[in-house]
Amino acid sequence: MNREDFKMLDNDIVYFDNGATTFKPNCVIDSMNDYYNNYCANAHRGDYKISNKVDIEYEKVREKVKDLIGASSSEEIVFTSGATQSLNMIVLGFMAHALKSGDEVLITKSEHASNVLPWMELQKKMGIVIKYIPLNDDLELTYDNVLNSITSKTKVISIAHVTNTVGDIRPIYEIGKLCKEKNIYFVVDAAQSIPHRKVDVIENNVSFLAFSAHKMLGPTGVGVLYGKKELLEEVVPIFVGGGMNNYFLSNFEVEYSPIPNRLEAGTPNVAGVIGMGKAIDYLMNIGYEKIEKHEEDLKRYFLEKVKRIKNVKIYNPNSKSGIVLFNIDDVFAQDTATFLDYYNICVRSGNHCAKMLIDELGIKNTCRISFYLYNTKEEVDRLIKALENSKNIFDIVI
Amino acid sequence: MNKQLRREIILDNYQHPFHKDKEVDDSYIKVNTNNESCIDNLDIYFKVENGVILDVSFKGEACAISTSCSSILLRYLVGKNLNEVKVILDEYNKMINEEEYDQDILKDLIVYSDIYLQPNRKNCALLPVKAVLRLLDNLGEKNGN
Ligand SMILES: Cc1ncc(COP(=O)(O)O)c(C=O)c1O
Repeated sequence: MNREDFKMLDNDIVYFDNGATTFKPNCVIDSMNDYYNNYCANAHRGDYKISNKVDIEYEKVREKVKDLIGASSSEEIVFTSGATQSLNMIVLGFMAHALKSGDEVLITKSEHASNVLPWMELQKKMGIVIKYIPLNDDLELTYDNVLNSITSKTKVISIAHVTNTVGDIRPIYEIGKLCKEKNIYFVVDAAQSIPHRKVDVIENNVSFLAFSAHKMLGPTGVGVLYGKKELLEEVVPIFVGGGMNNYFLSNFEVEYSPIPNRLEAGTPNVAGVIGMGKAIDYLMNIGYEKIEKHEEDLKRYFLEKVKRIKNVKIYNPNSKSGIVLFNIDDVFAQDTATFLDYYNICVRSGNHCAKMLIDELGIKNTCRISFYLYNTKEEVDRLIKALENSKNIFDIVI
Repeated sequence: MNKQLRREIILDNYQHPFHKDKEVDDSYIKVNTNNESCIDNLDIYFKVENGVILDVSFKGEACAISTSCSSILLRYLVGKNLNEVKVILDEYNKMINEEEYDQDILKDLIVYSDIYLQPNRKNCALLPVKAVLRLLDNLGEKNGN
């Protein structure tokens, strides 16, 4: 759907790597050009008309994000460079002060590096204990496994809402309820879910939420950290400098600004934030239900057709999101991706930044297809046709 | 070399790589090599005595280009002394970087002479080379050079 809105699609490219990043609709690019061409000024700094407009447009996006995720107030929304920065701020800016040695943090082996490595840093620094909640045979996370992993020492559950590998959708409503009952911080990495489905931070009792604009039709280099107000207040800024202080004196007296500004040191990515705002408008205009259904249809269509190709193995046939992991028998994933690239079909090969999943999957590398709203059945047909022709793969790859 | 022969050599070395997964003992030096941008990851083992590579083995997962290249290069290096190894690597690097090179020195390795046409695969054809360079570095350090 909406293909005419995406210039990248004029290039006769079949783009199935939306889990990595998505194409941007013209309106997003136009909104950023509009900022650069018509009201280019810094935020929070000037007393003139165009600077004032920057403030208004920039803060409008905070409202949009607040509405998108159902936060209580726009103060709870911090603009970051992306999910990775947001997660680092949560772990190193908040948890480093809220936790103590021996406290347990539950994650899974299918988390993205950005939701693993900050915790490992904290483990090294202060002796928190990272535990992996077991996954089921489909490599999915079940409520029961979460429940059974909780001990009296569990202080944090930090998981992706949707994983970027298996694409399983985690039962965050039930897990959030559990966290509330047991007084556990609930950190949700929404990088792969916000682009495709509704995430409500209050309904799901989310303590902190992280996501990136570029996976949801927005620009690169911008994202969001959400924190419940009383928690966000306690986040210690990792970066300090301009834009986040009320005053500082030569006798070293300093007062920082209130949230969210306290956590946005330096000139922000104004164009990026404005582009993200436009991307949110665009997504909301279409509606999550339509997007979800479209991706489900494409996935079902692909799985049905690929069944007939005997040498293609699917690793996650049951997962509910628009992500498919596969390999061609006896072919290294990267060679498969190179082969498909010959037909201008973009898929991702590798371990998808979830290197620990190797333990579970028993296979290191796979190819990943991740659908989005502008993909079509015709594109799936093209992929199927290429896969059917894979007997001559080495004629093309070599 | 014509395209068909080139492909046959590469494919043969991919499907039947030289000394892949050959058992080695402690006397072998292990060097890991991987590509940041992609997923190839190989451990290469060298048995070196008196400045001569006596034997090799390699393990791991890598694409058709990296695997075949490891096979061809490593087979060729067995029996060579470290100076000869350096000469081969130099010529090979020249070829990959589209400079003038000596075909006679490179032998079968010239099957990758066209790899520059696929820039994203250049790193694959350099994967085992990185390992051999690391080996030379390691040995150089040991000798106090
Ligand atoms: C589940 C998940 N979390 C976090 C990230 C990190 O996002 P970014 O690289 O935009 O910071 C990604 C991106 O691949 C992801 O898929």
